[in-house]
Amino acid sequence: MAGDWEIVIGLEVHAQITVKAKLFSGAAAAFGAQPNEQVSLVDAGMPGMLPVLNGAVVRHAVRTGLALGAVINLHSVFARKNYFYPDMPQGYQISQYELPIVGEGELTIELADGGTRTVGIERLHLEQDACKSLHYQHPNKSYIDLNRSGVALMEIVSKPDMRSAAEAAAYVTKLRAILRTIGSCDGNMQEGSLRCDANVSVRRPGASLGLRCEIKNLNSIRFMRDAIEYEAARQIAVIEAGGKVAQETRLYDPDSGETRSMRSKEDEQDYRYFSDPDLLPLNLDQSYVDELRDTLPELPDARKQRFMADHGLSSYDSSLLVADRETADYFEAVADGRDAKLAANWVISEMPAQLNRTGNALACSPVAADALGGLIDLIADGTISNSIAKDVLSDMFDSGKPAAAIVKERGLEQVSDSGALEAAVAKVMTDNPERVADYRAGNNKLLGWFMGQIMQASQGKANPQLVNQLLREKLAG
Amino acid sequence: MSELTQLTLAQARDAMAAGEFSAVELTDAYIAAMEAVRGLNCYLLETAGRARDMAAASDARRAKGDVGALEGVPLAVKDLFCTAGVPTTAGSHILDGFTPVYESTVTRNLWDAGAVMLGKTNLDEFAMGSSNMTSYFGPVTNPWQRRGDAAKLVPGGSSGGSAAAVAARAALAAIGTDTGGSIRQPGAFTGIVGMKPTYGRCSRWGVVAFASSLDQAGPMTHDVRDAAILLGAMAGHDARDSTSMDRAVPDFEAALSGDIRSLRIGIPRQYVMDGTPPEIDALWRQGIEWMRQAGATIVDIDLPHTKYALPTYYIVAPAEASSNLARYDGVRYGLRVAGDSIQEMYENTRGEGFGPEVKRRILIGAYVLSAGYYDAYYLKAQKVRTRIADDFHAAWEKVDTILTPTTPGPAFAQGEKMDDPIAMYLNDIFTVPASMAGLPAISVPAGLSAEGLPLGLHLIGRPFDEETLFRVAGVLEDAAGFDARPALMAKGA
Repeated sequence: MAGDWEIVIGLEVHAQITVKAKLFSGAAAAFGAQPNEQVSLVDAGMPGMLPVLNGAVVRHAVRTGLALGAVINLHSVFARKNYFYPDMPQGYQISQYELPIVGEGELTIELADGGTRTVGIERLHLEQDACKSLHYQHPNKSYIDLNRSGVALMEIVSKPDMRSAAEAAAYVTKLRAILRTIGSCDGNMQEGSLRCDANVSVRRPGASLGLRCEIKNLNSIRFMRDAIEYEAARQIAVIEAGGKVAQETRLYDPDSGETRSMRSKEDEQDYRYFSDPDLLPLNLDQSYVDELRDTLPELPDARKQRFMADHGLSSYDSSLLVADRETADYFEAVADGRDAKLAANWVISEMPAQLNRTGNALACSPVAADALGGLIDLIADGTISNSIAKDVLSDMFDSGKPAAAIVKERGLEQVSDSGALEAAVAKVMTDNPERVADYRAGNNKLLGWFMGQIMQASQGKANPQLVNQLLREKLAG
Repeated sequence: MSELTQLTLAQARDAMAAGEFSAVELTDAYIAAMEAVRGLNCYLLETAGRARDMAAASDARRAKGDVGALEGVPLAVKDLFCTAGVPTTAGSHILDGFTPVYESTVTRNLWDAGAVMLGKTNLDEFAMGSSNMTSYFGPVTNPWQRRGDAAKLVPGGSSGGSAAAVAARAALAAIGTDTGGSIRQPGAFTGIVGMKPTYGRCSRWGVVAFASSLDQAGPMTHDVRDAAILLGAMAGHDARDSTSMDRAVPDFEAALSGDIRSLRIGIPRQYVMDGTPPEIDALWRQGIEWMRQAGATIVDIDLPHTKYALPTYYIVAPAEASSNLARYDGVRYGLRVAGDSIQEMYENTRGEGFGPEVKRRILIGAYVLSAGYYDAYYLKAQKVRTRIADDFHAAWEKVDTILTPTTPGPAFAQGEKMDDPIAMYLNDIFTVPASMAGLPAISVPAGLSAEGLPLGLHLIGRPFDEETLFRVAGVLEDAAGFDARPALMAKGA
């Protein structure tokens, strides 16, 4: 891609709010139910049915706004967005248009070069999700699954402040960490609880904004990156070939890696927005907002800074730990009274491997934080080595037993008895006189070979530091 | 004709309490009456079997000493209220075969109070009309006729079936809905009391929506006392309707003290309109005189934005309707007319399912909300609506109740005004301002036209002060002494 082009990206993130019921009905909003199992009369658009706002949703939206440092609008209004589609049973979507619940805010992302960029948040509004058309049950009919109809979404609209696909990815990652930390959205893109639309345009640096294309319904960060990169390259190619970018809505096809036109600007519907007469304007008290502000949990940025300052962790490790609240909480529980770097290593690398192997999530991990702490204690006091500990963790996942019990049962205690170790060193030296001679002649690399022999003979239980020390002494003669 | 059907609701209630007859006997009399007036087409569905069962259950409750406010009272229900297990049409073809699994809050309240459902009454399609001529199921005939003229007259609309059923003594009372005058205008046309409470007094849950910010259920009865009793059972806060107000429901019947000496009655100058027939003006002046004689103070007031109320209403109501009626798409319930694509199915279904008046209002509504016209029409209308409400707000500084005519004339013949929507819309000229301001209002039969047709006087009250409204209406009713009966009834048909 030519270096003299600038890519301009704005994102609209649709985040499903973590609440049991829907935005305006009491029906359940869980993922994975059979078609049309979670549908109230309101969701089905039955005659005479009326929406009633779910207060828990408002709370989540305000907390999210506060976490984004945004203006909370004490007066907001629900509006109807009118259009016909089988997945929109009322014939309109209840959304917020002119007066959203949350106004301008910002979010800071870290760039690859170590710098940061502040991305403006334009607004956050509440809206109903649509339901789903199913096309494969019948050769020439479609079926409708109303389960998602009316599920509560927050649409978080950024300003066009991002300049690369990587920045867009960093923005979504950061936003997701914030949503997970405050618990307003589980951020699960596979299940569709987080989706984004990307507005992409290109321009010569310093020029005014180019015409943009909106890429709809990107349901993974990788797809989003790929889609933005493809789309930017496509637009540049169009302009460099003397053409003009047409403002339009496009779809990304993950199989081909391409975006294709869905509808042009001329085909855009007139949604005939007007305030919903079935719902009163939403008026909040400042005291309500203040209380939510005061009870907001520590946000990822602040927590990351604290991990770096208090525990001496790297920026990279800290970012991984604060990506969601559960991981950060788990880490803090493990690190409590222990070596934080050791704890971080185990939480970041060994735990995910075992969770992955056993198909568990951290929230329901068979190895709780204190159990992992018990294992780390055994490493710290020299009872077992790091490599034995990995084996013990795997056993802990399978048997559910504490680390100490496994170590004891399987006799995995590290051998630190100098008498036993001296005997082992003496034996290997007696058995291999020519290698001893080689070493003494200056082949220092053989130290590793001797180490390996002893560790093998002890089935890994020999204390490596002590063995190393003894070998150096004895081999020196 | 049975003696039982000549009683008012209050009289029937008291007689049943005294053991003079049972709910089953009363209900049977009304079932016979319904059958006798089938020619009027006021019922879309008679639910005689259900009525008998409900009446028997009512008698059983009474035997145990469990007596509700409407115990054993046979009522007609406008077919805009969803009734569980009973087909609900909204007067439209598009709801073909639709039987709700749910009961509207208002009807639920009635049955909980012991009332008996006689059937579902005819109405203008989706409550859009002032004549009941737009019903898919044909017009309703007003039991009243002009003196010496057999022309079939309209009962008004949109609650025309409910009005005709009460006037024809085929229901002890009925419930209707009023968006711009749909209870009060047919009340005036059929010589009964029609009352629209304050917006938010009755739940809209389970009532097929026409214009959400205006729709309100209300009673249609033989007299003011009956209206007070019936409203008391219908009203109440409902958490399922966000626009329903969480306020206690007073004992409206107890408000009928007959004494209005301390009250000030407002007479709006702007309701004197060019082209109003002299007999309407004369009746209004008579009403003012009755109020004065009853000891009230008469105060001339200004409601300067009155002339904008009707045009504004015909922007706001269709705008909301165009959106409210979008759900009738043939996908989930009601009529579906197949097509080769989803678009075609929508077009075929809605093309066949909606009648011309509904289509006209959907088109008007979609137009006034569309990009480029929204500011000039819908937004402007909302601003004017606020001014209209402000006018009334200012008036309440000076007066307690406002007196106007209900309609600019008596019932007209079926087929009249059908080719002139504007003339038809003018029926609502006196009733629409109170609707736009969400105020309670009531039409009381007050006299006969030169042709022998009933005319109504209209009272508008302060928000949530239905008690004062009923009190003044009771005095007006006593003064008017309206006891004429429709030709149909006089002939004993």
